[in-house]
Formats: sequence, structure tokens, C-alpha cells
Amino acid sequence: MPPPLLALHGVCKRFGVVEVLRNIELEIHAGQVLALLGDNGAGKSTLVKVISGVAPADKGSIEWEGRTVHIRRPQEARDLGIATVYQDLALCGSLDVVGNLFLGREIRRFGFLDEVEMERRSMQLLERLTRSVPDLRGPVVSLSSGQRQTVAIARSLLGDPRVLLLDEPTAALGFEQTTEVLDLVDRLRDHGLGILLISHNMGDVKALADRAAVLRLGRNNGFFDVSTTSQEQIISCITGATDNAPRRPAHPEAEW
Amino acid sequence: MGDMPDETRADPAATTESRQRRARRAVTGAVAGWIAVRRHRLSAGELGHLPVTLVLAAVWIIFQCINSTFLSPRNLSNLSVDIVGTGLIAVGIVFVLLLGELDLSVGSISGLAAAVFAVLSVNNDVPEWLALIAAVLTGTVAGTLQGYSVARTRVPAFVVTLAGLLTWNGLMLAILGTSGTVNLDENGLVAHLTSYYFTDAGVAYVVAALATALVFLASFLNRRRRRAVGMAHRPLHTIGVRTGVVGMIAFASAYLLNQFQGLPLALLIFLAVVAGLDIMLRRTPCGRRVYALGSSVEAARRASLSVTGVQTAVLAVSGTLAATGGLFLASRITSVSQNSGSGVLLLNAIAAAVIGGTSLFGGRGTTWSAVLGILVIQSIASGMALTDTPTAVQLVITGGVLFAAVVIDSLSRHTQQAHGRA
Ligand SMILES: Nc1ncnc2c1ncn2[C@@H]1O[C@H](COP(=O)(O)OP(=O)(O)O)[C@@H](O)[C@H]1O
Ligand SMILES: [Mg+2]
Repeated sequence: MPPPLLALHGVCKRFGVVEVLRNIELEIHAGQVLALLGDNGAGKSTLVKVISGVAPADKGSIEWEGRTVHIRRPQEARDLGIATVYQDLALCGSLDVVGNLFLGREIRRFGFLDEVEMERRSMQLLERLTRSVPDLRGPVVSLSSGQRQTVAIARSLLGDPRVLLLDEPTAALGFEQTTEVLDLVDRLRDHGLGILLISHNMGDVKALADRAAVLRLGRNNGFFDVSTTSQEQIISCITGATDNAPRRPAHPEAEW
Repeated sequence: MGDMPDETRADPAATTESRQRRARRAVTGAVAGWIAVRRHRLSAGELGHLPVTLVLAAVWIIFQCINSTFLSPRNLSNLSVDIVGTGLIAVGIVFVLLLGELDLSVGSISGLAAAVFAVLSVNNDVPEWLALIAAVLTGTVAGTLQGYSVARTRVPAFVVTLAGLLTWNGLMLAILGTSGTVNLDENGLVAHLTSYYFTDAGVAYVVAALATALVFLASFLNRRRRRAVGMAHRPLHTIGVRTGVVGMIAFASAYLLNQFQGLPLALLIFLAVVAGLDIMLRRTPCGRRVYALGSSVEAARRASLSVTGVQTAVLAVSGTLAATGGLFLASRITSVSQNSGSGVLLLNAIAAAVIGGTSLFGGRGTTWSAVLGILVIQSIASGMALTDTPTAVQLVITGGVLFAAVVIDSLSRHTQQAHGRA
């Protein structure tokens, strides 16, 4: 088996005196969906921010295709090919949809913004993602939360990423849009992307994910092969009914 | 069109006809789409320059009814020069407001720059052009220092610039020393900034024609490109209307100005700066960064924009424009004193930006709002002077307009958000 696209070893993160993540191990493989599960406050979003360079790790190492890398800024994660849909979406409310999609990687023409080309590509991309494309030139604040979610997802796909981190991408969506997003994740996996999906919906996780990693109180609390593990087993792990912390079959060599 | 296999099967006449019909439907569809989008945005709370334009029209009509010399070429020409100093400072304020911050130091910086110029050129015989550059750069440096401090300490800009207000004012007093008032050379470069008029009527018309042509060309080329790729585009007649309105305003102004002394150099510089910075803000990646940061610092940071860089640059721009504005104000009275840059100048500059429609919440506004806002403020001042109304009334009225502008800003923000939740 090739080395994982992205691997985390012993990652720790603290905010002031609060230790939010402790010795986290995680592997994201190409062409697989890894579900990241855990109760509210377990540290899932923080882990996403560690990987995307927004809140760099204090300790631990990150490997990209087996090679140690440092991710200290969002730019470095983007350069590696890591794209993120944050839980809070991180959109600029007063910019329009096109402005948000291309923020930080604007297309230029004679040094000026090439609005026509950016709008054309935005339209193309959004038409692939959803049946109800929003007004591309209205400010993002006046979109519905579902449309904003779509914009955030579209933005993550613009740079042809190889790893996609999705932090509760379907939480704000209705039934139809949720299906659209899950179908998209499925297609992206078939294209060979490595996907980290955070979701509270066990049905979606069972249907979509290949493997699942559970966080509890900022620590690993088990890794599962989704197809062979029962939903009850996973849930009891999330709630802490079973303590799986020391047993991590994927990494027998880890130091604790 | 070899990539349309189903069309090659149909008979040629029908194909041409259906293609024409389809093309026509595509065009009307794109045009209808454009109109629908405009209407949608208006209802979503994007009022833009509409309210301030209405206020300006009302102010002009009211004063013209009270005193028929208000709209005389002479008064309007003076008005167009009077707005420049404070207007330039207000443009800088627009930049800072776009970040959702406030710069309280612009008054002091304008005074400091004027003092630097006066002391260098009058007291130390430095050539005027060199002193002018030094004065403007003084503003740039002061702004850069403040911007970098804001970015590094994460203290809100209004606090850092409040410290700046005191510091630069102190520095100005130190530079002026005991000399008190310095009189500038009446025939010097800086005096000419506001006293020079292009008396040749042709100049004003050529400028008006150029501006109209540029507006037309920009919208026409944009439309052509969008149409070529089948995207929603302005209907041709709205381009006509838009160009017509711009042309009418430009030529009417040129005509009026020529009735008095011709196009004032100050006005030409002001409009060129405003137009140039507007293009910079709305059409270049640099400007896009300013809007992005003003709408969400965290989102901008996650999109790997340099927060420090943008904040520093914006306050540098504001400082530079404050210094430039200070030179125009000094030019208007051909003297610099310890009172330069003090009084209501700072408040007027901020009020102008806000009255013009730049949002206090960041991320919304254009440099043109500074022009419209300062026009409203100066028009009220000029009208009050013509009608011998006491300053007290003028302040109350300007305050009322400012309050109305803030209420509109806040309401339109709520409308937008409510639209989003729906
Ligand atoms: N910037 C921060 N400063 C301090 N504490 C934080 C910060 N961000 C998150 N936390 C804390 O870290 C813990 C994990 O948060 P989070 O990663 O958002 O959890 P999850 O996404 O799994 O619900 C929470 O207890 C939260 O209060
Ligand atoms: Mg979370």
C-alpha cells in the first residue's frame, strides 16, 4: 500500500492553558473518505484548523506522502493541495460569490481583475455542484445558508486539491442539498481525492465513509472500518461508553 | 460549428432560422437576467449612491429656492474647489472605513504635512516641488507607522490613530515653533493648486468628452466580452443611458465652469485621484483584498491574504491622502498656522465618507462616496453662508444628514442579513 496522502503523528494543540488536542494520530488515504467523529467540543474543528494551517500544531509531525512537512500558515497547506470547508465557512460577507470563490487567487488580465473569466468559471463550477445556482454578483450575506455552504464547497474545489477537509458540510443543508453534497463527495473520492468528513449523521457516515476515526476530549478514541463495524459500536465510542484510547490497530508502533 | 451534430441533420433553411431564434432568445434571456439581478439587489438592501444623490439634489433645490445665486457658475465653481482638500482626506477615510476601522489622525497629519511644506519652502528655501514631495511623504510615513502598529498590536485603529492625532499635532507645533503663521508664496506651486484655472474653455470640454468616452468604452467592451461567452450582460440601451447621464453631467459641469473661470486644476486632480483609486479598489487584486479584510479578517487570513500588509497599506494611503488634502487646504488660504488641520476638519472628512454611503461596518463603499458626501457637506455650508444662516444651524443640519446616513447604512445591513436568512 502506498503511504497515506496525509498522516498526523502525535499532534498536540493547546489554546492558552487548555489542551484541546493531545497526541493525535490520523491518516488520510487517496481515494478514501475518512469520517472524523466525536461529540461537540471533542476537537474536530481544531484538528481541521491544524491541518489547514489556521491553527498550527504545537507538537507532533505531519507527513505528506511519507515526507515530513511543516504547515504553519494557510498558504502552506494550500500549496500542498489541502483544501478546507470550515465549519463557519469563512466567507467574506460583503464580497460577491465570484469574489469569494477566487479570493487570494484572482485571475488577472493586464494586472486587473478578470471578472468575466472568473464569473464564467464560477458558473461552470457551481452548475456542476448544484441545481440552484445563486446570484453570482450579489453579496454573500444575502444568500441562504445552504447557498453559502455551496459557495464554500465550490471554493475548496477551485485549486484542484488532493486532500479535502469538510467540517460538517451538511449541517445547514436541507434534504436535497445534502444529497447533492454527499454525491459530490462520492465522485471526488472516485477521482482519487483523500477526504476528511466531519459529520454527526451516522447514516451518512455509514453510507459514504470507508473508515472512521473517533475523537473524544481531544484524544483518539478508536479507528474503525465502517463497513464491518456496527453503528452502536461507533456511537458508544463517541459517547465514551467504551474507552478505546490505547487500542489503535493502525499504529501499533505509536509511543503510547 | 462542427461540434453540433444534431444541427447538421436538419435542413439548412430551418437551421439558420432556429439558430437565429435561439441566438435571439439567448440574448433577451441574458438581458432579462441582468435586469432581474439589478432589481433583486436593490430589494436586498444594496442602495449604493442612491440616497446621497437624492439628498444632494434636495439640498441644491432648497438653497436655490432660498437664494437664486446658489446654483450660479461662480458659486458652483468655488464649491468645486472648496470640496477638494477635505474631499481628498475623506477618500482616505473611505479606505479605512472599508476595513471597518477609523482613522482619527487625518486632521493632524494634514496639518503636519502643511507645516512641513511651509517650514521647508518658506523658512528654509527648499524648492517648492521638493518640499511638496517631502510633505506628502510625511503623511505616508505617519500612516505606515500607524498601520503597522495596528496590524502588530491588534489594537483598534481608532485608538492607535488617537495617539497619532496627539503625536502628529505635537510634532506640527514643534516644527512651526514660535513662528505661528507662515504665509505661502502667492505665486508658488502649492498656491496654484487651488488658484489655477484652465481658462481655455476647450480643456473642460475635452476632459468631459474623455471621461464620457472612457465610461462608454469600458461598459461597451465589458458587454462585448460577456456576450461573447454567453453571460448575462447589460442591455445596449442601458449602456446608452449610463453614458448619456455621465456625459450630461460632465458637459453641464464643463459648461458651468467655463461660465466662470474654466476648469479648476484642483477639481481635475481630485476627480483623477478619486477615479484612479476607485479603479484600484474595485478592479485590482489589491483593492479586492481591502474589501475582503473589511468583511472578515479571519476569512481573509484563511484565504492566505497578508492581514498586516493590507492594514499597513490602507493606513499609509489614508495618511498620504490626508497630507495631500492638507496641502490643498493650505493652498486655499495660502498660509499655514497652528490651527491647520484642527477643528471640524476631521469630523467633516469622516462625515463625508459616511454620508456618501460608505458603511461603518466595513467592506462596503467606494471612493465616489467621498465626493458625494463632501459635496453635500460643502453645499450646506455654502448655502448657509449665502443665506447668512448662523453656524449653529449649519452644524445641526449636517448632523441630521449624518445621522440619517448612519441609519440607512445600518438598515441596509440588516436588510441584507435578513435576506440571507430567508
Ligand atoms: N480559539 C480557541 N481558544 C480557546 N479554546 C478553543 C478555541 N477553539 C476551540 N477551543 C476549545 O477547544 C475545544 C474543541 O473545540 P472544537 O475543535 O471546535 O470542537 P468540535 O469541532 O469537535 O465540536 C472546545 O472545548 C473549545 O472550547
Ligand atoms: Mg466543530
